[in-house]
Amino acid sequence: MSNQDKSDKSDKIAVTSTGGSMDAILSEQFGRCQYFLIVDPGTMKFEAFSNLGEQMQSGAGPKAAELIISKGAKVLITGHVGDKAAEVLNKGGIKIIDGYKGTIKIKDAVQLYLSK
Amino acid sequence: MGKDYKQIVILSGKGGTGKTTFSGAFASLINKKIVIDCDVDAANLHLILKPKIINRYDFSGGKKALIDNFNCQQCGLCESICRFDAIHNYEIDQLSCEGCGFCVRICPYNAIKFGSSQSGHLFECVLEDESKFYYAKLFPGEGNSGKLVSEIKRKALENISGEIKWVIVDGPPGIGCPVNASIAGADYVVIVTEPTVSGIHDLKRLLQLLNTFKIKAGVIINKNDLNKSISDQIYEYAEIHNIPVIGTIPYNTDFVKALINGANIVESNNKVREEISDILIGLEQEVNKTINY
Amino acid sequence: MIISIASGKGGTGKTTVAASLASIIPESVYLDCDVEEPNGHLLLKPEFNSEERVEKNLPEINRDKCTFCGKCLEVCEFNALINLGSEIILFEEMCHSCGACVHFCPSKIITEISKEIGIIRKGIADGNVLFVDGVLNIGEVSVPPLIKEVKKNIVESKLNIIDSPPGTSCSMLEAVRESDFCILVTESTPFGLNDLKLAVDVLKTIKVPFGVVINKYAKSFIQMEKYLFNNGIEVLLKIEFDRRFAEAYSEGILPLNKYPELKAGFIELHQKIMKKMEIEKIG
Repeated sequence: MSNQDKSDKSDKIAVTSTGGSMDAILSEQFGRCQYFLIVDPGTMKFEAFSNLGEQMQSGAGPKAAELIISKGAKVLITGHVGDKAAEVLNKGGIKIIDGYKGTIKIKDAVQLYLSK
Repeated sequence: MGKDYKQIVILSGKGGTGKTTFSGAFASLINKKIVIDCDVDAANLHLILKPKIINRYDFSGGKKALIDNFNCQQCGLCESICRFDAIHNYEIDQLSCEGCGFCVRICPYNAIKFGSSQSGHLFECVLEDESKFYYAKLFPGEGNSGKLVSEIKRKALENISGEIKWVIVDGPPGIGCPVNASIAGADYVVIVTEPTVSGIHDLKRLLQLLNTFKIKAGVIINKNDLNKSISDQIYEYAEIHNIPVIGTIPYNTDFVKALINGANIVESNNKVREEISDILIGLEQEVNKTINY
Repeated sequence: MIISIASGKGGTGKTTVAASLASIIPESVYLDCDVEEPNGHLLLKPEFNSEERVEKNLPEINRDKCTFCGKCLEVCEFNALINLGSEIILFEEMCHSCGACVHFCPSKIITEISKEIGIIRKGIADGNVLFVDGVLNIGEVSVPPLIKEVKKNIVESKLNIIDSPPGTSCSMLEAVRESDFCILVTESTPFGLNDLKLAVDVLKTIKVPFGVVINKYAKSFIQMEKYLFNNGIEVLLKIEFDRRFAEAYSEGILPLNKYPELKAGFIELHQKIMKKMEIEKIG
């Protein structure tokens, strides 16, 4: 719980995405999603990164977690995170918001999170 | 916001206990499902379910190193550093190579190439009731089935419709890497065992593994009357470890007869159909219990 | 000489066949390479007299001297190393112990430590059978390295019987390669036949001669006979489907010790293989 309590709504948010824009649909896959969007909730500006993990033979989840940590995000919005990736995210102090469905747009997913 | 379906993985530890027969029976009795055969080394579920293949995907295995004879200066450095004993006489045995890339990086003459090889096929199918079914087939001697297991599950779950309530996974035997891959994301594991000394031995090893994953599990004892005393031991062991026995089925040659005729046991035998339906009701209760804790 | 016993499908009676052969061949060596589920000891009941640890190497990074240059991460094809920014962590079970990170670290601050992956047990069964098995630690994925260690106990001057893991993956391959002959155990069901075909493909690829034992034999399953006949594969032994054999097995008793008619079949099986091997040598 300690990590989660520290985060606040101004922290950068990483979202797993099927495309490189805020109108793209969220990806339920974490390690093997197509893109990561890193969103600044204050300005709603974002940076998109394509995920090399899509083709990795092993360890795609932990590598994706490593990328998100290196980009300075503190929150992750996604569908499902594997055990190993979760371990890395926890160690990196990232708050995981999972269970999102692949039917929602990135901007709506971020709004939904911020409104809670 | 959680997912709407429950994922059940059927495992056995030891082979030949009836794992695939039960997976097939569950698949036939449950609606609004998708079915995944993760027993990649010896996929059999399609023989019972008789699916129609609608898509075939190539599955690329891990990378392998290959020496380019033209550039190779026969210095032998690669052979000396390979931990997998895969390089002899300036040639790399593709079956021994684990794809670590050490030789590729260390070769002073850039004479070693590194590439993915195709290692099998993944099939997307539909069943008679329009449900989706996924299975895979590896080329002879290809390993790396842990990766393939993850890939089949990913393919099966990536576009899952919101109407799906159950995901039924026929898992691989053993307790190794493919088993780990098959239970990722599972809500419940069903272990099909038999009352034999090896059955209980492998059940114990499998439960130890599940313990490290913290996934709830239940046991089905197949051929229950084959050995009363070992069956009792399984009950005792399960109780000590807080794992319910969710069903027992007596030794019954009808199972083999149904198999030989290529029939699904629950479609050809009413008595067995009732027995397995009862087990399913108990299973559903157990699964829902785990969700509401 | 090495005879391996394999089967595409699990539960066909592979271990029963392997253990039965070991028990009728005096001075043989039985090696259980089914390290995920080693069951041979339950049937052969050896008296164990030694146990040794099998280890794999893992990298250990000297944290105080690490500059986070990222070279080790770059050379790890298995993504076993992860950079948290303040620390590099290792996923032990993903490490293949290739040694690349150790070699390429520019500061030379990665060393190797060993970690147990399983044990090898040795003993004597039936008075004169040398028994060896490998037991993989729970949760460990390094199966082929442990099989390699078990196979180091092969005694060249004796007849070695290898109980292979089921399936047709890298572990099965590791167990059966270099065998002089392989017995494929199958059963009279579509599952048995389907998996037999896969195993046959593997053995053809690695060029190990083989024959088939049909366990739980049922005459009515003619597809099996058809396949074997059409592909010129020899059936070395058929064992009838019999509940009594299953009951004996369930108690951990080798069925041939209770039912002498089975013993004759296994003696014949042994002779057939020896004869085939002789022909192979001459041819």
